[in-house]
Amino acid sequence: MTEMTGAEMVIEALADQGVEHIFGYPGGAVLPIYDALFQSQDRVRHILVRHEQGAVHAAEGYARSTGKVGCVLVTSGPGATNAVTGLTDALCDSIPLVVITGQVPTHLIGNDAFQECDTVGITRPCTKYNYLVKNIDDLASALHEAFHIASSGRPGPVVVDIPKDIQFAKGTYSKPKEFQHKGYKPRLKGDPDKIRQAVEMMAAAKRPLFYTGGGVINSGPAASEHLRELVKLTGFPITSTLMGLGAFPAADPQWLGMLGMHGTWEANWSMHDCDLMICIGARFDDRITGRLDAFSPGSTKIHVDIDPSSINKNVKVDLPIVGDCAHVLEEMLRAWRAIAPKPDKKALASWWDQIAKWRAKKSLAYRGSNDIIKPQYAIQRLFELTKDRDTYITTEVGQHQMWAAQFYQFQEPNRWMTSGGLGTMGYGLPASVGVQMAHPNSLVIDIAGEASVMMTMQEISTAVQYDLPVKIFIINNKYMGMVRQWQELLHGGRYSHSYSEALPDFVKLAEAYHAHGIRCERPADLDAKIREMIEIKKPVIFDCVVDPTENCFPMIPSGRAHNEMLLGDASVSVEDAVTDAGKMLV
Amino acid sequence: MNTSTSHYPSAGTSERIETRTLCVLVDNEPGVLARVIGLFAGRGYNIDSLTVSETEHEKHLSRITIVTRGTPMVLEQIKNQLDRLVPVHRVVDVTTAGPAIQRELAMVKVRGKDEHRMEALRLADAFRARVIDATTESFVFEITGASEKIESFIALMLPVGLVEVSRTGVVAIARGPEGM
Repeated sequence: MTEMTGAEMVIEALADQGVEHIFGYPGGAVLPIYDALFQSQDRVRHILVRHEQGAVHAAEGYARSTGKVGCVLVTSGPGATNAVTGLTDALCDSIPLVVITGQVPTHLIGNDAFQECDTVGITRPCTKYNYLVKNIDDLASALHEAFHIASSGRPGPVVVDIPKDIQFAKGTYSKPKEFQHKGYKPRLKGDPDKIRQAVEMMAAAKRPLFYTGGGVINSGPAASEHLRELVKLTGFPITSTLMGLGAFPAADPQWLGMLGMHGTWEANWSMHDCDLMICIGARFDDRITGRLDAFSPGSTKIHVDIDPSSINKNVKVDLPIVGDCAHVLEEMLRAWRAIAPKPDKKALASWWDQIAKWRAKKSLAYRGSNDIIKPQYAIQRLFELTKDRDTYITTEVGQHQMWAAQFYQFQEPNRWMTSGGLGTMGYGLPASVGVQMAHPNSLVIDIAGEASVMMTMQEISTAVQYDLPVKIFIINNKYMGMVRQWQELLHGGRYSHSYSEALPDFVKLAEAYHAHGIRCERPADLDAKIREMIEIKKPVIFDCVVDPTENCFPMIPSGRAHNEMLLGDASVSVEDAVTDAGKMLV
Repeated sequence: MNTSTSHYPSAGTSERIETRTLCVLVDNEPGVLARVIGLFAGRGYNIDSLTVSETEHEKHLSRITIVTRGTPMVLEQIKNQLDRLVPVHRVVDVTTAGPAIQRELAMVKVRGKDEHRMEALRLADAFRARVIDATTESFVFEITGASEKIESFIALMLPVGLVEVSRTGVVAIARGPEGM
């Protein structure tokens, strides 16, 4: 119990919570905390970003690649409002963050003071929880609670808004203690009876399928290990959402690839035709289900989720199990071994035969070219040339993101950082900065689109400042590709404002930022230039000029079911395949 | 209730709409009501009535009673979404949890002369409403009871000279010895 200022308490609490890095941007209302940071630089390292949105995405990348809580420090008013996109992104994707915002002094709150905004009001719907600390005696406990709430249960962002006078005020700091919130008690262990019931259902299944999601990643490495063991033990096929990639190795024969709007033929058909769906840490999002009333019509559904509000939200399930994925998977393994079931081998074999037929469709196939780089080819080569390295991938949002999910084969969890729920263009570059900060010796690549990356391009300056050798691999098709694809399929080819006009020269742009620029326009040069990119020990912007008209397939058009997928070489005309009702959908 | 917020045709649109009364025990901290109301507004749920007051002073606990409508699936969502708010301790659906008592209080102002005044007093007597303010040309009645009773009382007062009504919204409690 020592007397100190509120600003010093912030540093003390961060250090006690094991925070090594904090991403931020100074301003009037956080100057006392920046002063305290200055005086204790050996305890918490601050990374100066170029925009507060970048700070939050960097912290997200940091959190997702380490499993730790990401930390952000920004000022009041515009500092806080600029952080809102990142907070919403973290809420959608369940990323643990503690975001500290400065606030005008308590006596000015509500007076429309300079750089004042109602931070707790604005961030209430986009955080898991938030605090406005109006009393110095509440500061230490609020900070410690924030870390607990952010990281426990279904993780999420927590904002602690600290008025400037509280940062100056002196009070008594208390260490973090075993946290007992009166109302907040996330449930970790699943109901043993239901777990046993689930295992019995699995043992009796004829066409079973694991459908897993980001919850397995968020639950920690143990969850992925248990999942792998359970999938091996049962011999069932497995697919995953965008968020769950890496929990199960993509090289494994039981892996069907990603499912959903741009999922593989075999994954989506298996979802449609299975008789038992075992959903673990996924949430039946509209990008996964497609048309709800035609979603997996014949299956019994088991749903494991730590958040009861995710259960029966979009799709009614038969057996809900509330609990943490790692705990529940471990118990499922134990129950499976205890029951020692004899699955219907004949039924499973014929299920796998059916899957083999779907696989034979080669739904990710695309027409290659010797003249122009196909975006899928670029990502395939990137994967081949980096797969034996210690690599982390981030992405922006759009076609390149879907191609990365389809063609970059993730073998381990926490290697794939992408904005799934919110779909935030501009996520990948700052996220890569955060990932590289956490893993200084690893290869960190942002697979980007030229439109997305321009939204947060300034963060390359952060990368240069801190010697973070991130690789910005731009799939440059000179279009907002996914917008263009939808306009082609749904809006009669009227490309309204989706052409990336007046693009910068990315090589010169890299040089202007003191980074390294590479341009590649021919397939024959691709390998050598990717190797060059990998070898350069500084930030690189790689301008990979690709076929501007390539579309991302397979695709379940909006309003259609899993068995109504479009393929790239489909014989039906794409235009006819979309209903008028489908055009209304996002 | 709003199943049409989904971008996709919903399988549940034909489900019946039900009315439920939820009792929610929350920490009485700044912003807690905004969290609850914001949840309803943000997710397109209905609030038919809402009542809130601190009920356990030493623990700083408030009790919120919400009357809401939706399909069974949406009602389950509402309950789960409320339950996961950090300051929420408990959510009980008193409509389905067992026998419960639901009451409202209303203050009803009526203005009139002569026979209308007499009629107002007679009706008030029949409904066990009390006069809590009177002038030579008006009364304010206080009435408690189930919402339907208050509705009927107000409907009867309309031709007699109804001026305005102030209602608390529903409060509810389970019958029997157990607490929530």
